[in-house]
This record gives sequence, structure tokens and C-alpha cells, in this order.
Amino acid sequence: MKKIKARALSLLADGTVKRVLGWERGEDAFDCSPALFENEAEMERFVYGTCAGANLSKYCVKMGKAEGKTLVILKPCDTLSFRQLLHEHRVERDAFYIIGAGCTGMMDENGLLAKCAACKGKEFAVYDEIIDTEECRLPTGTEKRMEQVEKLENMTAQERFAFWQGELSRCIRCNACRNVCPACTCIKCVFDNPGSGVQSKAPVTDFEENMFHIIRAYHVAGRCTDCGECSRVCPQGIPLHLINRKLIKDMNELYGDYQAGLGDNERTPLTSFTKEDAEPGIIHERGNG
Amino acid sequence: MSVSNTGWTPKIVAFCCNWCSYAGADLAGSGRMQYPADVKIIRVPCSCRVNPLFILRAFERGADGVIICGCHPGDCHYTSGNYYARRRMTMLFSLLDYLGIERGRTRVEWVSAAEGAKFAKTMNEFVETVYTLGENRKLRDIRCRK
Repeated sequence: MKKIKARALSLLADGTVKRVLGWERGEDAFDCSPALFENEAEMERFVYGTCAGANLSKYCVKMGKAEGKTLVILKPCDTLSFRQLLHEHRVERDAFYIIGAGCTGMMDENGLLAKCAACKGKEFAVYDEIIDTEECRLPTGTEKRMEQVEKLENMTAQERFAFWQGELSRCIRCNACRNVCPACTCIKCVFDNPGSGVQSKAPVTDFEENMFHIIRAYHVAGRCTDCGECSRVCPQGIPLHLINRKLIKDMNELYGDYQAGLGDNERTPLTSFTKEDAEPGIIHERGNG
Repeated sequence: MSVSNTGWTPKIVAFCCNWCSYAGADLAGSGRMQYPADVKIIRVPCSCRVNPLFILRAFERGADGVIICGCHPGDCHYTSGNYYARRRMTMLFSLLDYLGIERGRTRVEWVSAAEGAKFAKTMNEFVETVYTLGENRKLRDIRCRK
């Protein structure tokens, strides 16, 4: 959108912001990569369109330490990630000028992104100004969000195991899902510990790389905003968001509806409790065994 | 019960809270109550000290079942630890179930220091369940084999 670029240029020119965090056109029309622009000349490469799927919140963790304000352009779902980072004190609100950019669903060479097919909504959780159009506020397929999770839940344990073994065996352990996740912001990651014995790719085992994905999903449980970046960046096309969504679905069902990044309460479902919580044995009573 | 023709016995890891079930295990012992020696007890200061990674690590390295024993809800020595543990374990076990891991391999039980008999009974039941399920092949990791 031209309006966003023009606004970014004017904010850069009057010194409100020192740099712009946005996207630049890559090798082809679908290649839209996160990039940093520091002056008007560099802004030539700036682009925002239907292929800007990348969530820029994660870059804010590092960028927040730079001198001066940074202009960051966030789509509605990205603002949830940013707000969650604010709750966790990983970013300073004052270090950023946020333009909320309207979004009609993002695409890649295979069509609409999986995360956009089950859009969480078009509300901005945090922003300084919003630049969008009427079209950007149309409702989307939110109700379809848990469809696939429910399908898996209705399978037998053996079928589920076969499904996940098939998916996770394709993992090449490139760590892209970890690196892109806006909720994964530990400075030292458990997976980088050589003492763990699992910091690299597994030789062929019964259920390859399952632990990596269990731990990855569980570490962000309650903080995952379901931004879908993990699945988007997976070079092997593993539907990783289905693991995160299962956790979200369980938390919603057992502990009440919760959307990470919304609300003022910094307590997530796993850092709070009630005396009447369900006993762990409840999983024996739900779904297929 | 836990010795088969093949000689396979399950490896069970039991995380026991220092203030209740660890003492409960002690009571079971001094009361001469029998429970299988396949259960290896790890003493923790509270059930919420059990990082979910501990459980996964145990499975990775070849445990066949993991049980967490803590104080009854409301009786935590640190006021609220077991409430947090309850949510955490529910979510973790549900996730494991979702990935197709047998449900019987994981369990949470509240055992107080006075419940030696309950401790022995729980362990007997759990070992029996895991024994029926057989060896844990789904979650172990050959990189962690020592």
C-alpha cells in the first residue's frame, strides 16, 4: 500500500523514527522478506502487499535495544504477538512507533496462507495509528480454526501416532520454527545445550524429532498467540501450528477462553490456577484413547 | 507381577513431593507394604518443581512410565505449588495423548504423608498398567542412550 510507504517516509524525514522495520521485495513476486530501512534511499526497496506474511514482532526484541525509535509495521495478528512481548517485558512500548497495517489475508506461491484461512480477527491489539481500508475489516474463517485439531482428536491413538510420525519424520531440524516464533525469546535456548544430547538432527528413530516439537510447543503454551509463523516457515511443510492449537483448545476448554496478547492480565493459563481446576485424569475421559 | 518370561521389567520414574508422598512412601516401607521395585523415586521439594522437561527427559532416556505424586490440592507446603503442577501436567499429558502416546504411561496422584497404603496401591496399579502397555518405544530417543 502506497499510503503506508508515504507515512513511513514522512516519519523518517521528520525524525520521529530512526529506522523502519518492514518488508522488501525479494527474488520474485511472492518473496517478501523482513528488512530494515534507515534512510530514504533504502526505502525504495520497501514493499507491503498480499505477500507480506512475515510477523515482524520477533525482530522488535533486538531492535528495541537500538538507539531512537523504530517504526514497525504490524498486521492485526502481529499486534497480538507484540502485545504479548510487552506483557513479558521483552520490548519497550516507547521504543516503537507502530503502524497497524490492514490485511486481507496473506499469500505465498501456494495461495492463501494456512494461518490466514483461519484468521483470528482484524482488531489491532496495540498501535499508534492504523492505515487500512474497508475491505481489510471483513470477517474471515475464524470458526474453522479448530477444525483440523478436532479431526485429529477423533482419530484413535494409533492413527494419531501414525499421522504425527509421518509429519515429524520429515523434520530436518533446521530450527526455523524456533527462530521465527515471537514467543520463543529466551536468550539461551534449551535446544542449544550440548549436554542435552538432542541439539542436532536425530538419526532415524522410532519417532524422529518428536521431543523437539513437544518441547517447542509446550514452552510457548499459554503465550502462543497462534500467529502461525512456525508452519509458514517450515521448509518441510509440517503443520506445526496444529500442536500449538491443541494446547490453545485445551486451555480454552478447561481454563476458560484465553487469547494470548489480549487483555491486561499478564497471567497466562499456565501461570495461574483456580481451586476447582480439572484433575489431570480428565484426559482419560476425553476423546479417543 | 512385573517379571515376565522375557525378563522385561518396566522402568518407572516417580517424582515424589518431599512433604507428602515421599513420606508416604516411607510409611509404606515401614508398614511393610509391598510395591514393585521397578519404581524409582526421585524426591522433589514440591510437585511443581517437576519441570515438564524432566518427564520428557525420563521418557527419552528409556523410562516406560512417569508418575508425579504431590500433596492433595489445598495441602501444598508452599500454599499453591500443586495447583500450578495440576494445570501443567494436564496440558502436557493431553499433548502427549494428542501425539498418540499411550495415556497410561503418565499419571498424577495426590498422596499425603499419612497415606502409605494409598501410595503402595497407586504404585501397584501404575506398574500393572505400564506393564500391560509394554516397552516405551514411541518416546525414547537413541541419541540419549547411555
